[in-house]
Amino acid sequence: MYPEYMRVSLNKVKKTRNKRFELAKSDKPVFPPMSAEEREQVLNKFHPDYKKDARRKINVGPNKKEIMTTEVADVLESHSRIDPKKFDLSKPDIETDVLVIGGGGGGCAAAITAMQSGADVKISTKLRLGDANSMMSQGGMQASVKEDDSPPRHYLDALGGGHFDNKPKLTKALTQDGPEVVKWLEELGVCWDKDEEGSLQVLHGGGTSRKRMLSCRDYTGAIIMRTLMDEVRNHPDQIEILEFMPTVELIMDEKGHCAGGVLYNLETEEYFTVKAKATIITTGGYGRLHIRGFDTTNHYGATGDGLVMAYRAGAKLMYMDSVQYHPTGSVFPEQIAGFLITEKIRGAGGQPVNKDGELFVFPREPRDVESSSFIRECTERNNGIKTPQGRVGIWLDSPLIEMLQGEGYINKNFPAMHRQFIRYDIDITKEPMLVFPSLHYQNGGIEINDKCETNIPGLYVAGEASGGVHGRNRLMGNSVLDYNVFGRRAGIYASEYIKSAKLGKLSLKHVSEYEKELKDKGIKTERVAPIILPSYTPEDVKKRQFTAHYEGTLR
Amino acid sequence: MATKKKTKNQPKKKDFVTVYIMGKAYDVPAKSTIMGAIEYAGYQIKRGAGCREGFCGACATVYRLPGDYKIYTGLACTTIVEEGMWLAQLPAIPGEKALYDIDKTKPDVNTIQRLYPEVFRCVACNTCTKACPQDLEVMDYIQAAKRGDIEAVMDLSFDCLCCGLCAIRCPAEIVQYNVGLLCKRLYGKYLSPKSKDLEKRLKEMKKNKYDDEFKELMKAKKEELKKKYYNLD
Repeated sequence: MYPEYMRVSLNKVKKTRNKRFELAKSDKPVFPPMSAEEREQVLNKFHPDYKKDARRKINVGPNKKEIMTTEVADVLESHSRIDPKKFDLSKPDIETDVLVIGGGGGGCAAAITAMQSGADVKISTKLRLGDANSMMSQGGMQASVKEDDSPPRHYLDALGGGHFDNKPKLTKALTQDGPEVVKWLEELGVCWDKDEEGSLQVLHGGGTSRKRMLSCRDYTGAIIMRTLMDEVRNHPDQIEILEFMPTVELIMDEKGHCAGGVLYNLETEEYFTVKAKATIITTGGYGRLHIRGFDTTNHYGATGDGLVMAYRAGAKLMYMDSVQYHPTGSVFPEQIAGFLITEKIRGAGGQPVNKDGELFVFPREPRDVESSSFIRECTERNNGIKTPQGRVGIWLDSPLIEMLQGEGYINKNFPAMHRQFIRYDIDITKEPMLVFPSLHYQNGGIEINDKCETNIPGLYVAGEASGGVHGRNRLMGNSVLDYNVFGRRAGIYASEYIKSAKLGKLSLKHVSEYEKELKDKGIKTERVAPIILPSYTPEDVKKRQFTAHYEGTLR
Repeated sequence: MATKKKTKNQPKKKDFVTVYIMGKAYDVPAKSTIMGAIEYAGYQIKRGAGCREGFCGACATVYRLPGDYKIYTGLACTTIVEEGMWLAQLPAIPGEKALYDIDKTKPDVNTIQRLYPEVFRCVACNTCTKACPQDLEVMDYIQAAKRGDIEAVMDLSFDCLCCGLCAIRCPAEIVQYNVGLLCKRLYGKYLSPKSKDLEKRLKEMKKNKYDDEFKELMKAKKEELKKKYYNLD
């Protein structure tokens, strides 16, 4: 329930609702969309990426001297967990065709296509299979399946959203494979939202010029992820799943090809070496680095491990200066601060309004623009609503959806959201939600081509861990499509590569060399990475933990 | 017996509650989630946390409350602590998953019989429904599975998180969530009406309908693309 002092503002939202309902019913946009100049202005002034200290120069590795998000540069300039001297690489513990690092949507898609191409696959994952951001996407997946839409139109939308910084070939692959992926997933058993005749239900997302958001109620990610996981589990002879066994370093061979990884058993604290003819990184993003102190919508393990190990091995990164904040993270109640509130709410007609119940931005600008304008409303214009814990947010008016789409629409299409709030006595069919931007997506990542190849032979990357597909800002629904498109491609191309791949002597020399580079550059840090899991232990407890050590990483 | 954790600055009682994490007492903020409380107490969670937002089902928890004989179930990430709560997280749920070839599996009752025969042991006690943290009608979908009503199983189990709390409480030892998952896949693949739009688009793609348009877009300079983008209807 909202505290009493918020009533005044809530009543104003109620009062303006009819006026805004009439506006929404008309053909015109409910608020004028921004021009290119206006977008640039609000981004420059209010997007967290543009704040002082948000970025710094990285001093080591393949991207040295480039400007990156500060927290990312910090985690890259860190020590390895392992001492290469302790490993006898002449006798690897496990041998396989393809090592997939990361058990989310991209990893499962890659494992399935690699397996179908005849490869023997191991999946290394830090938590359980499917404990990934893929599981959490609510709103949907973009794919141009309607008559008034087309893959080139989808391409242009993605480019505009990404400020035209997208790597064209990657965005082409993304949008071109879209319809095929819809079909592929349906044949695996994904239940898309459809009408009785089978017509796929589509909605708008931020920055889409046509309705092309496909969904599975608001459990889109959960349905797709569980379908992919179930398919992976149906083939235990070809795919072995190693849970609570994250990969912490890549293994190379003497010719500079990727040759597998060093795995760490979180429970027994043992390390294992895996020799693989090809390696696919699908480790997702870094929301749990809590960049600039932001709450995150990301899952527990989103600590950017793939970036760290690939970078140490010499893989090039791109766009590591750009972070995505989802406009609508929850800010009240405190227990769900930072939780994702799907963009589909705005796609279905929900409107962001300020403390006076007034619209201040077109509800579906690209995410970075929308987020920046929320921040402007709460800071410069002081039109936000404060929570008892001192957070601030604006209203996301959901009751309007029921007026526009008919009674019962929220329960049918947003069961997860309804459930999330009713636990705290907030009925989103009757009252709005309080929101503020939440750290959501790593726009950049490891540089790939449209075959998911990196600059290291034998190393493939797919999904959020890769960079370039979305330029410097991803549109809603393109990440679900991304991990399917590129996950599938990575599995296919990696299993093609292994047919002729011959590995030389295995080596962890790159780890020692990186360590030397840190020393030569005079970088002094206690930090050890990959981080694996974040720590939420309170400071007063940490002070007493004399024999535990958490130096930016799990013991 | 449980011992209470003493700290120098004992927090004010009114904003805190005492919970027993696997039998050991800790004072934690009154409004925290179970997961927040475990971390506040100083645990580094390895098993028992995933998405932390109620989608992945990694944090199944069982608890009892003082003076109450009942066993309660919930997700640690969304359940709020209560005074005297005695809780334990389930690190993993042993549950049998049937192996099958989706391309050769029919969406009917024979499939249920073949892959999950224990479904027919259901005694309709409704314990599964009571255990579900999503408030799903679990027993109803198991009954639907017995009738081979794949669509009803899909619909009723749609929001299932596979946390496994139903399975761990079931006296008939059914693994409900895997039955739900099987039926959802069967429905999506075989029973859901086919989309004509999609078939049409796929045919167009096969005939390379958009190749020329893509070629032009790939050649276009940034300024041209910008113009095209801002002029999209």
